[in-house]
Order: sequence, then C-alpha cells, then structure tokens
Amino acid sequence: MKESIPTAEAETQPVEGLLPVEPLLKELSSSGRRAFELPPLDVPAVDPARALPADWVRREPVPLPEVSELDLVRHFLRLAHLNFSVETHFYPLGSCTMKYNPKINEELSALSGFTDLHPYQPEESVQGMLGLLWELEGLFREILGMARVTLQPAAGAHGEFTALLMTRAYHASRGEKRRKVILPDSAHGTNPASAALCGFEVVEIPSNARGRVSLEAVRKAVDGETALLMMTNPNTLGLFEEEVLKISEAVHAAGGLMYLDGANMNALLGLVRPGDMGFDMVHVNIHKTFSIPHGSGGPGGGPVGVGPALAPFLPGPLVEEREGAFRLVSPEQSIGRVRSFFGNVNALIRAYVYIRALGGAGLKRVAEGAILNANYLKAKVSEALEIAVDEPCMHEFIATAAPLKKATGVRALDIAKRLLDYGFYAPTIYFPLIVPEALMIEPSETESRATLDAFAEALSRIVAEARTDPDRVRRAPRNCPVSRLDEVQAAREPDLRW
Amino acid sequence: MNFVPITERDQQAMLAAAGVDAFERLLSIPPGIPRAKWNLPKGLSEPELTGLLTGQAARNRTVRTEVSFLGAGATEHWIPSVVRYLFSRGEFLTAYTPYQPEASQGTLQAMYEFQSMICDLTGMAVANASLYEGASALAEAVVLALRATGRNRVAISRTVHPEYRQTLKTYLAGSEAALDLLPHRDGAVDPAAESKITDQTACLVLQLPNAFGCIEEWAALIRKAKAQGALVIVSADPIALSVVRPPAEIGADIVVGEGQALGTPLLYGGPYLGLFACREELLRRLPGRIVGRTRDANGRRGFVLTIQTREQHIRRSRATSNICTNEAMMALNAAVYLAALGKSGFRELGVQNLSKARYAHQTLTALPGVEPLFDRPFFNEFALSLPKDPEQVNAELLKRGFLGGLALKRWDPKLANGWLVCVTEARSKEQIDRFAEALREILR
Repeated sequence: MKESIPTAEAETQPVEGLLPVEPLLKELSSSGRRAFELPPLDVPAVDPARALPADWVRREPVPLPEVSELDLVRHFLRLAHLNFSVETHFYPLGSCTMKYNPKINEELSALSGFTDLHPYQPEESVQGMLGLLWELEGLFREILGMARVTLQPAAGAHGEFTALLMTRAYHASRGEKRRKVILPDSAHGTNPASAALCGFEVVEIPSNARGRVSLEAVRKAVDGETALLMMTNPNTLGLFEEEVLKISEAVHAAGGLMYLDGANMNALLGLVRPGDMGFDMVHVNIHKTFSIPHGSGGPGGGPVGVGPALAPFLPGPLVEEREGAFRLVSPEQSIGRVRSFFGNVNALIRAYVYIRALGGAGLKRVAEGAILNANYLKAKVSEALEIAVDEPCMHEFIATAAPLKKATGVRALDIAKRLLDYGFYAPTIYFPLIVPEALMIEPSETESRATLDAFAEALSRIVAEARTDPDRVRRAPRNCPVSRLDEVQAAREPDLRW
Repeated sequence: MNFVPITERDQQAMLAAAGVDAFERLLSIPPGIPRAKWNLPKGLSEPELTGLLTGQAARNRTVRTEVSFLGAGATEHWIPSVVRYLFSRGEFLTAYTPYQPEASQGTLQAMYEFQSMICDLTGMAVANASLYEGASALAEAVVLALRATGRNRVAISRTVHPEYRQTLKTYLAGSEAALDLLPHRDGAVDPAAESKITDQTACLVLQLPNAFGCIEEWAALIRKAKAQGALVIVSADPIALSVVRPPAEIGADIVVGEGQALGTPLLYGGPYLGLFACREELLRRLPGRIVGRTRDANGRRGFVLTIQTREQHIRRSRATSNICTNEAMMALNAAVYLAALGKSGFRELGVQNLSKARYAHQTLTALPGVEPLFDRPFFNEFALSLPKDPEQVNAELLKRGFLGGLALKRWDPKLANGWLVCVTEARSKEQIDRFAEALREILR
C-alpha cells in the first residue's frame, strides 16, 4: 500500500503578518510568576552581601523569565510542534543516519541506578556501571575488530581529535615528528578541522571519476612526512572504497597510520570490520549507527577503537577488570584526558542497550536494510534527478540538481525547501563538495518501502514543478511555520540574545 | 529486537527495482577483504533487556540510595519534573542540528532563549548553543585566545580543576603553546604569581569558585593581564552566578563553565553541558553553533544558525573549532531549568546553597580535629582538613549511607588530609546533622 503524499496546495498558507509564531519566554514573563518552588529553608538564611566579599556580590537578580509551569510546558510544546524530527517526519539527512531511536534505550538509560551516580563515587559503589562500560568496550572491540576502545570522546569530531593526538604520540614515541595528514576532497569538514587543531598540515587529494579515493593520488602524496591518512568508508558519496587494502599498504609502507572516519559504520555492521581493512584507528558515532537520538544537535558519543600499536596511547581513564572487580586506569603513555570525568556515559548506556537488543544477527540486518533501502530509493530517485555516481551504493547516495538548475534555475536548496512543504525533512545539501548541487540522501534501515515511495514521488513532483512553475519551488517553503528565512541578514546584523 | 520493517516480500520487490536478483550483488566489497566474523551475543527482547539492565543498575549505590556530599565539578540539585518531561519530547530529542531552519524553529528558538539566559547569567554579549562539557569548553576558550592574540603562553591558576587543566594540556599537545602554572597559597592564586603574566601571555585562566570552592580575590591579577594585553578566561559555576557578580563585570573576556548543574542529572559524568560566552569583539572567533534572530520572506520573526563561516563544514582546516555535534538537549534542559526557577527562584536557590553550605561548614568544623583547610569565602563547596585519612573516612561513611566529600589527595598528594565537601539546596538540615554525627563517630 502506498502512503498518501500530502499535496502542498491542499494545505493552508501561514497567516501573513508580523506576529511571531511563538512568543519568546521573555515576552511571556510576568513579574511574580513561578514554575517551581524550593522547600522552605531549614537552616539560618545567609545574606550574600554579608557572606561574599563586597566586590563579588551580584547587585541585581539574574533577569530570568517569570512564568508558570503551564506557561513553560505550553511554550516548549508549541516550539516542539514547529520541529521536524525522526518521530514525526522522514529525515533523510545524508551522513547523519537518522534512524529510529528505540524507546527501550530511553527507559533503561533513565534508571536511577545509572542517572544518579556521581563521577567521583568510590569505585566499589559503581561496580554495575563500570561493569557495563567494560562490557560495552568489549562489544565495540568485536564490532570494529580493534584491540581497545576508548569511550571518552563526546562526539565524532572529538573522536577524530583524540585519534590525531594518538597519532602524534605514536610517531613521537618512535622519535618521529611527522607533519602531514592526508585526506580526500570528499572528507567531512571535521576531518581537516580536527587535523588543523592538532597542528598537522592537511594534504587534500582528489577523488577519481568514480567518486573514490584515487590510489594513484595516495601513492603520490604519501612520503616520510605522512603521519596519517583519514578515510571514510563507505565514503561520503555512499560508495565502498574498493582499493582500501592497497591504500593501507601504501600508507603503512611509508610508516604512516590509517584512520577510518566511522560516520558511515551503519553500512558495514556484520559485513566488514574496520580492523580487517587495514585501519589502525576508527571512531564510531553512537548517535548515528547505534541509535542514540540526535537531540537537536547532541549529545552524541564518539568512541575510538585502536589496534594494539596504538593502545598504549589511549586517553584515560579506561575501565579494567581484575579478579571480577572493575576499576578506572590510565595507560602509562596516555595522551591524557580529552574531557572531564568518564565520557557521555548515559548516551553510551543507550548504545549498549541497542547492541544487546539487536545482537550480532540484528546488527547485520541493520547494514543490509540500510543498503537495500538506499539502493531502492536511488533507483526511484534516478527517475527524477541525476545520480552523481550511478553504481550500486552502500547506505546513501548523492543526487545532483546541476542539470535541473541549468534547465530551470531551480537549485538543490530550492528542492530541499520544497520537500519541507511535502512533509519531508530535506537531505543534506551541497555536500560532498565535489558534487555540484548535491543532495545527499540516506534513508536508514528503519524506514518502510511505502515511506521511500512517497518521498520519491514528492521529489519527482517537485522536479515536474521546477519545469512548469519554477517560481513555486524557488519560493518554498509555504507550509512551514515560517517562510524562507533571511540568513544573510542574520549574519550581517547578529541578533543573538534578547 | 528488530527495528527494520523490510519484509521478505518487500525485499524481493526492492531488489528487483534496484536491478539485481540478490542482495550480495549490491555490494562492491572486493573479495580480498575478509567478511566480518564476530562473536556477539544473541539479540534480546524488551523483558530480557529490562531484567539485565535493572540488575546492573541495582549493583550501583547512588546519590538517591545514599546521602551525597560530593561535588568537585558535578553537583546534585533538584531537577523540576517539567525539565525531565520536556527532555523526553521526541520533537526535540529525535531532530538533528537545525540545518533546515524552516522545519526546525522549535529547536532554534529554544537555543536562542538558552543563549540569552547564559548571557544574562555571565553578563556577556554573546553565548553559543553549547559545547561538550566544562573542561573542553575551557580548552576551546584557550585555543580562541591563542589565535586572537597571536601569542603562545597560557597563564593558568593551579586552583583550576585538575581535570580541566589536564584536558587543556591534551588539547594543546599539537600546538606551540606553553602553560605557565600559577601556584596557589591558602586556596587562592599566590599574588606573587602575577610576575608570570607577561606580554607573551595570551590569556589568564581562572575558576569561580575555584576547585577548592574558594572565591578568590583577582583584581590585581586581572589588572595585570589587561595591562599586558592578555584575555581573561573565567570558568564559572552557573549556579553560583545566582548571587555572585557576573564575571563580565570583573573583567572577564570569555566565560566558560560546566552547565550540568542547570537541570542535568549526574549521569556518572556525562553527557554534560559546555557553556561558552564572550565579549562581542570575539564573536567571529567563537567555536560551535550560534543561533541568530532574523526575518522570513513575509517579515515574520524567525531563527537560523548563523555566522557559520567560522565552522568546520564551511571553513574546514581553517575553522575556529572542529566541533559539529554539541549538547543541545542539555542546553534545552538548562533553558527550561532556568525559566522554571525564574528571576526570584534562581536567587533563592543561590541563597539556599550559600546558607546550607555555611551551616554544614559550621557544623562540621565544630567537630574535634576538623579544621577549615583554607580561610576563604565560598559558595556551596568548601575544603576541610580531617584528623584521619579522608579515604578511610569515606569508606566508613559509605557503610553508614553517606557519600563523603572528595579526598583531595586524588588531586594533590600534598593535601593528604584535605576533604572537599559540597552542600547544595538538595541537602536538608536533618541530613547535614546526621552526616556530622556519623563523622563524629568515625573520628572518635
């Protein structure tokens, strides 16, 4: 059965005018209202003006909004309703793996036995927590084919940064100061940004005509200065890097290390392990592959797996088991801490629940489902838009609006905005940078065929509109709470607070 | 469990549409690469998972099963139920970074409100929409200062949380920058350390209240830093700012901090909330996402991610930071929390923290052999000196249902008898009295 497609025209236009969609909390504020009351003070009250040095006393209370609890709930629920989310809309945001986030993850990670633990509690009082983290590290080691895994990094980019610091420490331990990090022109922006933050020089190499890292270019770029090659596989075009073994060989032969940006790990689960492709280090985004909700931007988690040669340099602390008891340790040659305390622990619990819920067979089914959904959707979308590299893809693919733009003036951005009118969140656009007018589409394994059909149908209607009435597409969206927003003005005259 | 809705019938039809007759034909994994062989447990059902995780959780003692006096960078406060409820809403929880603003106004407006309240707290002109947590936020501030000043020395007080200093050291491993540690005396920066601030100093880094809970006297240090053209970075506890003067007013250029106390549970250390606010002149060097107010094509108010040319997805190796994913849900917690308390409630919260900590300080220091470690003003945390090994004391306290203070030798072996005690509004007089009584017995 086909899902019905909301037709843009059937819906009403937003009310024109200058009234905001939802007032600011500050505008809802009314002096004397309160949403929360503390119990009465049961010790003698201390006047800040007497307890603090005179020049440290705040003169006026912080001018926070004054609202009732109902005001607060209604305000934030009205805001909630202005959002598209995985739970309300198909969200084919390429590179972000917007899969369904199981409810059981939320329920179990919210157990008081996990949420109400202080990070400095004595180790003997948190054995259940440490045991779970130890077990989770083991599961990641198995999934990634790596010797050890640090659970500390708070996000993918934080994981990259951690791996780059380990790269530096590894070479330094061999008396080498290698300066160069090689990465393909299709890499995520975080790769070069992380490399630069670690003081490396970034060498960008071109992809070949089939959207892959060119082995030729790697061989030319690699030398005794090469510290690390950063690769994404499947790459940001959703294509498997077929020459990965030869690339690894070339980099290793020159004394360099291999890093996998595991943002696309969803496509590899149970099919290929990073450790078996020659990678020395890999990060995974638990908010992509392991079903942690993306939380409007975070939190996530970016555990990093490493081979035996890199394990001595892992950031501390790690969990270690000795005679059935768990404790926190830091490796002797550790790069140090990359953050306070242990990591995004509560997000890691969700990943643990997910892995245990699916098990080995279920995780493999995830990758197979993601690949099948992407290839099916690619076939459907190819009827409306050109596919950048039209070969079987992994978990995502890139369509391009370049020919359409030439013919009609309608850009990838316009298509993205018009998709919102049809009730779909937009794909990632203008990335990877090597494809003009790119639309990066990742359906994920949790979407049904009917949803994919409806999305493809909407895209093909939009392309038809572009040919007959391009202005309609260029003026989109018209069914969202606001019409197209002026981003230029926002950047030119920043208004960043009330 | 299984969350893949593709049926056998779907699969056949979808493979056919993709132009192949078997799934394997979609894969371009060359034969030389070994296929995954892994040894993972079988999948579990909801009841099985619930049994497993409930059992694991029950093996932990918590700040609910015990009465806790631990702080040191992670503090227990009561979290209003409205905060927990709004955190659970899927419209926020399952959206991503608002790249399409027209379909993300909820998140964007909430982040604008968060930024506004953080500015009000710190006295700063701009705040971002969150970083990972307090320590890396501090490191990002230092990276900003190094780039903004073109200098390479960082003057940082030893009274800054040790894990923050360690994180900073890690972050700077790839740069030419060097740390000048300012020694402390009696729980505050030694005034003689002023000489370490020179015309090569990119920034002066301080903590409010400091790692020992003390509120220091900084006027001379800050004057010196300003005179040498260094930026002043203050890592502040946002709850303390309810009654303490905003750091902007004492000369801070950047205020960072751990925002966990604003509505996020202890969570064994994360996810927490990195706060980052600064003066307007530094806006274009800010790390992370920033939300700005603008208008739509009809003139209606709306919100967008802005000044994105600083960010990694555009600027790549020349970005101000590599951060992409942040802690938006924790920022939402903070926004709801601050609004739930409101203007008068937040001040009352501050007074309660101050009052309870004072009461506990008086009660505990009345015990024989228990002395204040430092004689400084404090907010909700203070250091004591115990007549017995604090770790042994903590072990005894745990037997009696208390999570005692932090044994300071964990941070500095010289503070062998140091014990850092945190008392927030979440502690009742009765709990404090019982805690003191237990300590009296243990020390007897």
